[in-house]
Amino acid sequence: MPQTSSWIVRRLKHLDGILLTLVLLLLGISLAVVASASGQSPARISGHLVNMGLALGLMIVMANVPPHLLSKVGPPLYAAGLVLLVGVALFGEVRNGSRRWMNLGILAFQPSELLKLALPLMLAWYFQRNEGVLRARHFMVGGALLLVPFLLILRQPDLGTALMIGASGFYLLFFAGLPWKVMLGGAVLGTASLPIVWGLMHDYQQRRVLTLLDPTSDPLGDGYHIIQSTIAIGSGGLFGKGWMQGTQNQLDFIPERTTDFIYAVFGEEFGYLGVMILVGLYLAIVARGLVIAGRAPTLFGRLIAASLSLILFTYVFVNMGMVSGILPVVGVPLPLMSYGGTALITLLLGVGILMSVASHRQLNKT
Amino acid sequence: MNRATPLKNLDLELTRFQGRLKVGGTFVALLAIALLARAFYLQVVQHEYYTQRAESNRISLVPTAPYRGLILDRKDRILAENYSAYTLELKRGHIQDLEATLAEVGGLVEITPGQLRRFRRLLSESHEFETVPLKSKLTDEEVAILAANRYRLPGVEVKARLFRNYQAGPGMAHVVGFIGRINDRDLTRLREEGRDRNYKGSAHIGKTGLEQSYETLLHGRTGFDQMETEASGRVVRMLSRIPPVPGKDLRLHLDAELQAVAEHAFGNYRGGLVAIDPQTGGVLALVSKPGFDPNLFVDGIDPETWKELNESPARPMVNRVLRGIYPPGSTIKPFMALAALELGLRKSSDTIVDPGYFTLPNSRHQYRDWKSGGHGIVNLRKSISQSCDVYYYQLAADMGVDRMHDYLAQFGLGEKTGIDLDGESPGLLPSRDWKQRRWNKPWYPGETVIAGIGQGYNLATPLQLATATAMLANGGKRIEPRLVQAVRDPLTHVWQPLPGVVRGQLAINPANLEVVRQGMMDVLRPGGTAAAAAAGAPYTMAGKTGTAQVVGIKQGERYKEDQVARQNRDHALFMAYAPAENPTIAVAVMVENGGHGGSTAAPIARAVFDFYLTGKRPGNMKLEASSAAD
Repeated sequence: MPQTSSWIVRRLKHLDGILLTLVLLLLGISLAVVASASGQSPARISGHLVNMGLALGLMIVMANVPPHLLSKVGPPLYAAGLVLLVGVALFGEVRNGSRRWMNLGILAFQPSELLKLALPLMLAWYFQRNEGVLRARHFMVGGALLLVPFLLILRQPDLGTALMIGASGFYLLFFAGLPWKVMLGGAVLGTASLPIVWGLMHDYQQRRVLTLLDPTSDPLGDGYHIIQSTIAIGSGGLFGKGWMQGTQNQLDFIPERTTDFIYAVFGEEFGYLGVMILVGLYLAIVARGLVIAGRAPTLFGRLIAASLSLILFTYVFVNMGMVSGILPVVGVPLPLMSYGGTALITLLLGVGILMSVASHRQLNKT
Repeated sequence: MNRATPLKNLDLELTRFQGRLKVGGTFVALLAIALLARAFYLQVVQHEYYTQRAESNRISLVPTAPYRGLILDRKDRILAENYSAYTLELKRGHIQDLEATLAEVGGLVEITPGQLRRFRRLLSESHEFETVPLKSKLTDEEVAILAANRYRLPGVEVKARLFRNYQAGPGMAHVVGFIGRINDRDLTRLREEGRDRNYKGSAHIGKTGLEQSYETLLHGRTGFDQMETEASGRVVRMLSRIPPVPGKDLRLHLDAELQAVAEHAFGNYRGGLVAIDPQTGGVLALVSKPGFDPNLFVDGIDPETWKELNESPARPMVNRVLRGIYPPGSTIKPFMALAALELGLRKSSDTIVDPGYFTLPNSRHQYRDWKSGGHGIVNLRKSISQSCDVYYYQLAADMGVDRMHDYLAQFGLGEKTGIDLDGESPGLLPSRDWKQRRWNKPWYPGETVIAGIGQGYNLATPLQLATATAMLANGGKRIEPRLVQAVRDPLTHVWQPLPGVVRGQLAINPANLEVVRQGMMDVLRPGGTAAAAAAGAPYTMAGKTGTAQVVGIKQGERYKEDQVARQNRDHALFMAYAPAENPTIAVAVMVENGGHGGSTAAPIARAVFDFYLTGKRPGNMKLEASSAAD
């Protein structure tokens, strides 16, 4: 028994206290909001709790995997991801007009989810391998490693995930030292290619962008989500209507309110004060992640920690921006808040990696 | 060297990484600021607006239509009442194939071609989201059949609705009027008057008659239930309730039985009659024949029935008492006689010798008396009782059209009486000034002559004749005719009388009035033009006959009643009051194509007087006619 408990203590020592506190705070808030948004549905709440337990367990496991081992997982994981993406493209299930699901008999999952971690790991591994001898061609290879999954996911089509994965790869290249002039050139090129991208977009994607620009143009269709979520947030006011008191929420006016639109429920019931606290918690996680990155002894650790921190906030920004009506509806859940197992597991695996990087600092140095 | 360079690069890379971390941190901070700024805008700056939006999402107002006021006669017999019944209604927005649905419904309950036509007309006038009635007053069996088949007939609804029933029948249609479905025109008017909110739950509005003129009182105030509803429209709970305030009940001066007696007295004739209380102006009976069934209009009339009614030569939709304008003919004579005395143009003892015609100086045109050979020596009293035309030709020529106009105008001729019904005609009382304005022509002396016997430009409604007669009966008090005498608040059950309106008192020398009254009493005495109508009456009548020409008679021709097609025969007129000594009722009767006032119109007035003053019904009147209103 003492042996087991000391083993447990040793495993838990790898957890970062600050990150763990922040994560648990957010999960607590999430549980409260999901309870309210689901009308205290026992199935939803218990499902959420199970997801949390599973994800937290995996986070603890991940925190105990030393970074040098993690970096070795990168290439095979990335390769497996690509294979699955191709497999999905060929044999995948179509749901909601898009081919993004892989049915593995007992469970169906989206391979693109795997890439959210596999791509940064792969790139971090690649740059670690070439540490100190970085040339332009390394960035070109990095770019290619990014582009392949990006394009595969884009043609599923799943614009939102493609952009998120593209962003995570880009952050890594950025922290690896991608020259400013390349980024500038890319930005110019990207802006110039917008009309072409527009032409390649699916109708529903174009409509989403259009209704974003003017939600009232389709108040009963695509615009309905945005209109109702902004009404919910706006009517929350400074202090909110109170937990379980949001009329937009309780009377079913907010669509998908336990998942993608959970921010609308939160904003309605907890007001601007709540929003500030929520954003503050996310910022604290990002700040802690960047501190971990700054202190990381290896390039792999630095790159993975920094890019995972940034991508987390990017999810936050895209989701909250979409729900509050400043970004198109792209279907990105709110990190650590939205109901949904896969996203939660991916995110907490990421947090686990941050913890691993943080806790294996001394070990590596000696 | 090989090892030094990478090391140097490593340091460099580390510093650059630290720099990039700061850039990344700044980037995140900027994104956070954007999110917080947006939230601030929504939750603080625009909070009011979004709160309102959320409230209007959450709360729906469900209107409750008020109970419409009843219309009762002077003895509280019901003339218009409400009843609730089930109707079959279709919601077009929920029906994919309308024809298939109609066929399906037609297989379940009987739909008449008339109902189908009416439905299609209503459909063409309604909006997508409105429900349109297909059949009303469903039997219990029909309700059951439809309920059992509801699941396969989306958009087909059975609803309990309030209806209006006019059990008094066609005779009362021109008084009570009817309500009909609110159309776009009504809606526009209600909006302009700011009353549309009060009609949120109402499907009907008064269209004619008292239903129209007393709409505001009858309708009541719509109630509103504030409901909290889900996005799907499901009601969660009631937040607050403003109950509807029922409309006020109306009690008329009118006596439904007297009305039935009058209507019966017309027999097969068309025409109009109005009886008023000369003291109060209360309308005791108002008959316009033929009438129509107002119940046809309540839930929308089918186009063919409407066409039939509207294009019938009998013109059942025209209220002859209010809108029928006729030359007053000889009924104008008592007023002319009074004018002559009051203006000092004649003394009662003055006589003329009537040779049977009248000529103006310097003219060869003969204005003939209705009695060939004339009436001989005629004084004022006799001029009334025998309706001597020549007396009034001469008088009119002496008086001149303008004095004639000014005096007669004081009896309300040429002006709306102000009755509490809409659509009244002002008639026409000509003058020099009027002719100049209307026709831009001078007045000719010959026009004055024929105006003296109520012909020419003169036009009056039976209602105007009745109110003018009432002034002779009451000694010059100009009263406005009123149908409604009191309104009842349905909550307190207290009747509140509506006082009559007196427009003024005409100063008349009593001696002069008495002479005219005696002349009018003579009309109903042996030798008078309507003597037969008064035979055996236990009270004294005073009256005056009249004839309104329908077709002109050429100079040198004579009007022979038996040679003229019925629709070209003269309209018979009679105005009277009784009892002559202490009048309690004044009547004007117009019988279309009735010929002589004395023979067709006066007996109708007699029947009304008999019933009103003695309670005697016409002998041949069936009981059911009188009890129809009970």
